[in-house]
Amino acid sequence: MSDARLETRPMREVRFRGGGFQPERRRWIGVAVFVLVIGLVEWGTRAGWISALTLPRPSEVLATFGELWESGLFFAHLVPSLTRLAVGAALGASVGIATGMLIGLFSYMRAALVPVIAAIFPIPKIALLPLFVIWFGIDEGSKYALIAFGTFTPTVVATYGAVDNVDRTLIRMGQSFGLSWLSIVRKIVLPGAMPGILSGLRISLAIAIILLVAAEMLGAQYGIGAYILEAGSLYDLERLFAGVVILSILGVLVSMTIGFMEQRLLGWRT
Amino acid sequence: MMDIRLEGIAHSYGVTEVLRDVSLDIDTGRIVCLVGPSGCGKSTLLRLIGGLERPSQGRVLQIGAPPEGCLNPLTYIFQDFALLPWRTVRGNVSLVLEDHGIRGRKAAPIIADVLARTRLSDFADALPKQLSGGMKQRVAIARALAVNPAVMLMDEPLSALDSQTRELLMDDLISLWTREPFTAVYVTHNLAEAVRLGHRVVVLSRRPGRIREIVEIGKPLAERGYADPDLDRVQQHLWSLMREEARAADEELIDV
Ligand SMILES: Nc1ncnc2c1ncn2[C@@H]1O[C@H](COP(=O)(O)OP(=O)(O)OP(=O)(O)O)[C@@H](O)[C@H]1O
Ligand SMILES: [Mg+2]
Repeated sequence: MSDARLETRPMREVRFRGGGFQPERRRWIGVAVFVLVIGLVEWGTRAGWISALTLPRPSEVLATFGELWESGLFFAHLVPSLTRLAVGAALGASVGIATGMLIGLFSYMRAALVPVIAAIFPIPKIALLPLFVIWFGIDEGSKYALIAFGTFTPTVVATYGAVDNVDRTLIRMGQSFGLSWLSIVRKIVLPGAMPGILSGLRISLAIAIILLVAAEMLGAQYGIGAYILEAGSLYDLERLFAGVVILSILGVLVSMTIGFMEQRLLGWRT
Repeated sequence: MMDIRLEGIAHSYGVTEVLRDVSLDIDTGRIVCLVGPSGCGKSTLLRLIGGLERPSQGRVLQIGAPPEGCLNPLTYIFQDFALLPWRTVRGNVSLVLEDHGIRGRKAAPIIADVLARTRLSDFADALPKQLSGGMKQRVAIARALAVNPAVMLMDEPLSALDSQTRELLMDDLISLWTREPFTAVYVTHNLAEAVRLGHRVVVLSRRPGRIREIVEIGKPLAERGYADPDLDRVQQHLWSLMREEARAADEELIDV
């Protein structure tokens, strides 16, 4: 029996070098970052080391926001914007997912459509706004179309990538049990592609919010985008920022919704 | 009663000849083990038998009708389990019944029965990620039993598992078979598995795979034990057949 205490050689604990590379939930850090940045700007503008021309004072932006709320204009702007966003994004994402599935499932579709998608992906959709106005009219039609078109391409790319990544052994398993083609697509391919589709949706919906402002550049009296553009042309920084903050909050809400969906739908992931 | 007959099966992938002139009868109620060096075409042969691929030459024949109530005559059990990770144990079993219009109230007794036979009744609502490897393979076995197969096609079903779990699952398979004999083609690398489970052991040569020898093992499955001297002798014989092939196959891979 050897006794550890008799050991005379140098001894030290093995250094820990594992851990990390694994996202964990840190709920309040995000909020803290916002509070810190806003607090810093407020302090800077009050103390004078940020001039009133560079950045508006957060408290004044909040006051502008309050006015907007009390005048009842807040909802007058928000409702049409949300409608445009919902209709456009739903249209673009659903057609995009369908197209992506077709590309993922049929070789002919892939050969035919992948180059087309590659060709339209890099076009700045904003540049096509005049065209959309001619095609779909100056009213809501062109706005829906712009947002739908912008969400469509990234959704397609994400979806067919996700379909390609579905575990082929699961598909072989389905075939070996004599499942019908439709069952294999519905019960194996679609759920297997869901993680990729949802993370693609995160990007597409952010793009939809960006395009919302662009869509409201032409012929929109109400809408957050219209509100921002009007404030911008008057150099009314408080109102400009009030509008921008609304867009940011919208972005955070969309991202939270997708996070929630991921939790509900993808709980099976290890 | 349904037998399977392979007639002069040959198969190539492009210029690679994988199987050459394989003829074999697979009789009802018996387990045929396929052994052979790595890359000799065992998995390919199994895919041909199950109709997942077409042979370049020869035919796979079903002789006789599958038994009454058989939903999927040729049913696979995969090495990597192939469970849908987003479905529970019950959902994975129900998957293969749904397409036959068996769902809800009609599916419940079947699912309960196969889960009981594989000792999984308490885990019906667990997701695959919560299960150990041995349990996952038992789910795959339960799923295969649910369609009441005429022939089970197993491609190294135990090789992803540790050796203790493997022993346990082998006992499970043997007790399943003794209670209700099933027909199976069982591909394995492991000669100990082959002599424990096989009524016949088919030894394939290295690629292109041909039948080297067919060894019959008369001893009833239920009487075969762990480290059984009779089986050891058979295993020795199998290994002597395989050694040369395995070594040659091992060296061949280098110049591929
Ligand atoms: N789809 C395929 N396309 C081309 N070659 C293939 C394909 N599938 C298998 N092969 C080749 O055919 C040969 C036999 O493969 P197979 O998987 O049947 O061997 P195996 O006996 O199951 O091997 P292992 O013991 O490693 O599982 C191998 O050389 C393999 O590279
Ligand atoms: Mg194999």
